[in-house]
Amino acid sequence: MSAAADPGVLENGADGTLLQKRVDRREALDLLIGGVTAGLAAAGACAPLSAATPEERELKQLEWEQFSQKHYRRMTPDERAETVRRLERLAKLHHDEDVTIATTDAQPGVLFGYAFNISKCKGYRRCVEACINENNLDRRADTQYIRIFEKDNNLVDLSDGDATYQHEVPVDGLFYLGTQCFQCANPPCVPVCPVGATWQEPDGIVVIDYNWCVGCRACMAACPYWARRFNWDPPEVPLNELNPDQHYLGNRARKQGCTEKCTFCIHRTRQGRLPACVEACPTGARVFGNLLDPDSEIRWVLENKPVFRLKEELGTEPRFWYFTD
Amino acid sequence: MHFRAFLLSALHGVTSGGRTYHLWMGGLTAVMLVGGSAYLYQATHGLGVTGMNDHVSWGLYISNLAFLVGVAAAAVILVMPAYVLNDVDFSRAVMLAEGVAVAALVMCLAFVTANSPGFPWKWWRLTPVIGLLNWPESMLAWDVIALNGYLILNLAIPFYILYSHFTGREPEKKKYVPFIYLSVMWAVSIHLITAFLFAAPPSRPLWNSPLLGPRFLASAFTAGPAFMILLLEFIRSRTDYPISDAAIRKLATVTAVAAQINLVMLLSDLVFEFRFPTHHSMSARYLFFGLGEHDALVPWIRTGIAMNVAATAILMIHPLRRNHRWLVPACAMLFAGIWIEKGIGLVIPGFIPSPLGEIVEYTPTWVELGVMFGIWALGLFVLTILVRVALPIELGHVRSPYLDVSPDPRIVRPRATRQQYRDVRPVRTR
Repeated sequence: MSAAADPGVLENGADGTLLQKRVDRREALDLLIGGVTAGLAAAGACAPLSAATPEERELKQLEWEQFSQKHYRRMTPDERAETVRRLERLAKLHHDEDVTIATTDAQPGVLFGYAFNISKCKGYRRCVEACINENNLDRRADTQYIRIFEKDNNLVDLSDGDATYQHEVPVDGLFYLGTQCFQCANPPCVPVCPVGATWQEPDGIVVIDYNWCVGCRACMAACPYWARRFNWDPPEVPLNELNPDQHYLGNRARKQGCTEKCTFCIHRTRQGRLPACVEACPTGARVFGNLLDPDSEIRWVLENKPVFRLKEELGTEPRFWYFTD
Repeated sequence: MHFRAFLLSALHGVTSGGRTYHLWMGGLTAVMLVGGSAYLYQATHGLGVTGMNDHVSWGLYISNLAFLVGVAAAAVILVMPAYVLNDVDFSRAVMLAEGVAVAALVMCLAFVTANSPGFPWKWWRLTPVIGLLNWPESMLAWDVIALNGYLILNLAIPFYILYSHFTGREPEKKKYVPFIYLSVMWAVSIHLITAFLFAAPPSRPLWNSPLLGPRFLASAFTAGPAFMILLLEFIRSRTDYPISDAAIRKLATVTAVAAQINLVMLLSDLVFEFRFPTHHSMSARYLFFGLGEHDALVPWIRTGIAMNVAATAILMIHPLRRNHRWLVPACAMLFAGIWIEKGIGLVIPGFIPSPLGEIVEYTPTWVELGVMFGIWALGLFVLTILVRVALPIELGHVRSPYLDVSPDPRIVRPRATRQQYRDVRPVRTR
């Protein structure tokens, strides 16, 4: 485990105050709600024992532990391991899913950046499809992190795009512009969270602790790129389409009532792989890489192509650039 | 001993009354039950049963919150003159203003609860130390502190004064006046903070304006006193609680001035949005004129503004403002007009079109409407109870039965007040 996992050590200095608070929350919480637990246990004891199978009791126990779990950034490495074990077991008990949830930290010397080639994108939306499958997005609500806007060549106004087109592509005289979370260097969605459930990792990815999120949706109102989605209903993913390769901060099961967003496929990219959307793109319109590596393709694009970003005047500093050939 | 007597007499006060009173409270309870069941349905099924969606992620609940925070803050219009400037005209009305603030804050907290997914169990995370209150970064964290702090202040100060009177003592100024100063500043800040919550992020051009904070205050100091006038007129007509004409006249003047400032700010916003319309004006265009076939809010905002303009005009004409037949409907219109302008006219269009230009409209569901009416009934219920407890004490009808020597020979012990409560208008017996 790197230093970021240790609550006492500061790696991401920007809002590191969070990490410096060494109060053992768990103990305080246990004290505070211990009485409630005792009460519930007493109430449970009165119910006939046959009503609860060992599995149901385990489920209740795990759910209680999940409810009272710490903020992810305040967990010790051991607590993270325990949390992940609990989540994996819950996935098994709830949906009979066998998943592995990683807690891989940001790698030192890595800052992710993304570039989108407007000349190459033909609007096939294979990226959207790949994203849905890779990130276990809610099939019932048809949640999508990526929007592809079809635009008239003569119109550069973002609001004139159509993201709901249903016809054969590409169409002459139209171009396609994809949006997703831009992992801004100055993310407006982060400071608004009343419980600090969303933050920026050292590698630039803005993440959410789904378990800590209270669902107030202040971040959704604050995002100038409409990058965040909310689980209004319980999300559904068919078992046979489930991606079991998961990350705590990424594509693991979300609960009803929490926000979610694109994480540049954190479970893949932290292991040196490309995001699913980049891999799925049939035209090579998507470029992804380490901004700190001078030999990376993304650096080459930034240095040799005319690039722009959306709503640059806001000062959000997206790490997502658009370019043309 | 005194405290138990206080609670008993308060209980007696709120449970006894005439037929109209019981009908009123029964009706409110019925609406609250409907709202409660709507909330239970929403909490168990999730926010999917509301009309909110990924595009319009705040709806009726936050709209009402924005409006009611203003009503709560407006208590300062009476608190400051009465306590700080020793204004005699407001001295009797101020306790009612604090009661309105408490009721409005209870509604605010209820609307925040309704806006949250499921039951609010997860809120332990908002407590410092055990949880993680993201203060001072998050404006919502500020709002949590502001709303709860203001509620405590507005409960504690009137309680101290009432309880002192109940136990036959004169409240000591040095004990409560510091808190009055605090509550004056707090009142302004709760509303400014709520405005900043909307105005600060650059994502929503309709809200992202430095005028939003002042506009919130102006509309708050219109809607709040307008409601106070309605309440005072009602209490005056039904009890012998001494509210002078001067108090009503002063409040009407305050309302008239604030309503004009509010309209000036509205005009300023309209000129800004429409003189040279840019992308910045899309939400305003949607709100006032509609975008293509999307125009759900247009009739609302036009009605709201028409009501505001008409009511402001009435209040600006001295003879009309001084005539109760004009004043009361004007205040009712202002209250409703600002509810539209600041609630549905501000929060919802902020989301339309989305930051990427997509237009998804919002229509509240029956569940949301049920919860909303339930919470309004809850607020009126709380206000009625507070008034019911405070007035007899302030009138001197109710004192602790454990007082050795009654400080005022006219004071009647709680038991003897039963008959008075039967009559709608309490009469001093002696």
